[in-house]
Amino acid sequence: MTTPAVAAPPASPARRAAAALYRHPRVQLAALLAAPLGWLVIAYLGSLALFLISSFWHVDPFSGNVITTPSLDNYREIAGDPIYQIITVRTVVIATLVTATDIALAFPIAFYMARMATPRVRGLLAISILLPLWSGYLVKVYAWRLILAENGVLNWVLAPFGLQGPGYSIEAVWIVESYLWLPYMIIPIFAGLERIPGSLLEASADLGGRAGITFRRVIVPLSMPAIIAGAIFTFSLTLGDYITPTLVSNTRFIGNAIYDLVGVAGNQPLAAAYAMVPVTIMLVFLFIARRLGAFDAL
Amino acid sequence: MSTPRWVRIALRITTLAVLAFIYIPIGIIILYSFNASKVATWPIQSFTIDWYVDAFNDPGIRAALTASVEVGIGATVLSLILGSLLALAVHRFGFFGREAIAFIVILPLALPGIVTGLALNTAFRAIGIELGLLTIVIGHATFCVVVIYNNAIARFRRTSRSFEEASSDLGADTFTTFRRVTFPAIRTALVAGALLAFALSFDEIIVTNFTSGAGIQTLPLWIFNHYQRPNQLPLVNVAAVLVLVISIIPVYAASRLTADPASVAGSRS
Repeated sequence: MTTPAVAAPPASPARRAAAALYRHPRVQLAALLAAPLGWLVIAYLGSLALFLISSFWHVDPFSGNVITTPSLDNYREIAGDPIYQIITVRTVVIATLVTATDIALAFPIAFYMARMATPRVRGLLAISILLPLWSGYLVKVYAWRLILAENGVLNWVLAPFGLQGPGYSIEAVWIVESYLWLPYMIIPIFAGLERIPGSLLEASADLGGRAGITFRRVIVPLSMPAIIAGAIFTFSLTLGDYITPTLVSNTRFIGNAIYDLVGVAGNQPLAAAYAMVPVTIMLVFLFIARRLGAFDAL
Repeated sequence: MSTPRWVRIALRITTLAVLAFIYIPIGIIILYSFNASKVATWPIQSFTIDWYVDAFNDPGIRAALTASVEVGIGATVLSLILGSLLALAVHRFGFFGREAIAFIVILPLALPGIVTGLALNTAFRAIGIELGLLTIVIGHATFCVVVIYNNAIARFRRTSRSFEEASSDLGADTFTTFRRVTFPAIRTALVAGALLAFALSFDEIIVTNFTSGAGIQTLPLWIFNHYQRPNQLPLVNVAAVLVLVISIIPVYAASRLTADPASVAGSRS
């Protein structure tokens, strides 16, 4: 031995603790998980559970107090009242329209980014799409409020053609929601398209598949999980949004109805029961998405 | 595959059109914040920076800005601790309920914000916690944890385990390995996650609305409570640009960080 043997480090308390942790990986796991799991389970799931339970309570019409005797009254009221049915259908329709619009707008730009752009352009485009994804939700809705106003930009642009913008309306909600959540659709589709191996496209071409066929039979099926992943966001975010309808329309959606039930009517249990509608829709959506493998594309 | 020429041209045009669609509204709100007129009429006749001066002297906006920064830092720190611990546990161990955790973590993103907000509001009232700065921080942390977790777990997946094993073989204990190998490998991912979490928190309004008490207003809440007052319009415009700029800068910094090629050293792919 020409090299001196490495002396064993002194057994400091930290060293001993590390050795003990190494021998007991379960303890290590417990130490890592305690705080975040406690947080998730108690703060988040606990609140959701309590929220679910509170949907079976009701507000005494005379005193305004919350009665905690469980009953299905809230659910009966929601199922029986046509107003809630209309609002639910309207919201699901707009969420579906927004999702479809975003897929249509996102696919071309995602395709361009993933398969045509040079690496430099791709990086620039990715940043330009990520920047507005993360920032300025309320600001963007507010900007659209100014754009759609009577004397706003849109009417000014359309006036020479003898046209008029949608003003503050359901159409406005559709445009603004599509605008807001578009980046949430572009990013997963871009990532999904980028993952498709070029060899598959070549194979399709070698087998005589022309561009159109390759697109329909290879590219679209392979990017399906990514599209569904994007749809989780566009659908869910539209489903619960009450800010956009408030700012650019006079129409009420699920989010507005829940908001008003809490704020105006002071009926938290009924609001909770109604909130179970979007929750159920999203859980079904997530369940299907997981079966289709969309979670790996998130 | 050879894409037909007309398809390439169409794709290029659509890409430009979508980019314009994304950025024009942002540009318009910035222009409006310099509008000299007190009413938002297009086209803008003359420009001024007076509203910025007014906004910086407005006690309401200043208080809201302070509250937003405090909430953002609080939520970021809280979710940084929880998110990275969780990512480490999920990445390193196989345990019962691991899949369930991965599912629960993304719930706050997949469920509409109004549900999270209202659920937390119900819980706070049931426990008797007074709504204020702390409850907003807790509300924001629900979705900020996801951001940190996702960033950290993505980096873990790209970082080879062999570095940590080499460290152990060379005699480093668990803590030393974490300090000198694991942590440096995920550091930029954590910083990027933290910046994104701050940006998300800074601009959040839906959960904030349900978790803030009567006394506290974040900057987005201030905008929401003032946008309908005609005489406040110029200040609302300035506040909007403020929120936009303060949330966009960290996002830009984060994207630079994760694009840094040096940060993916040891990557497998």
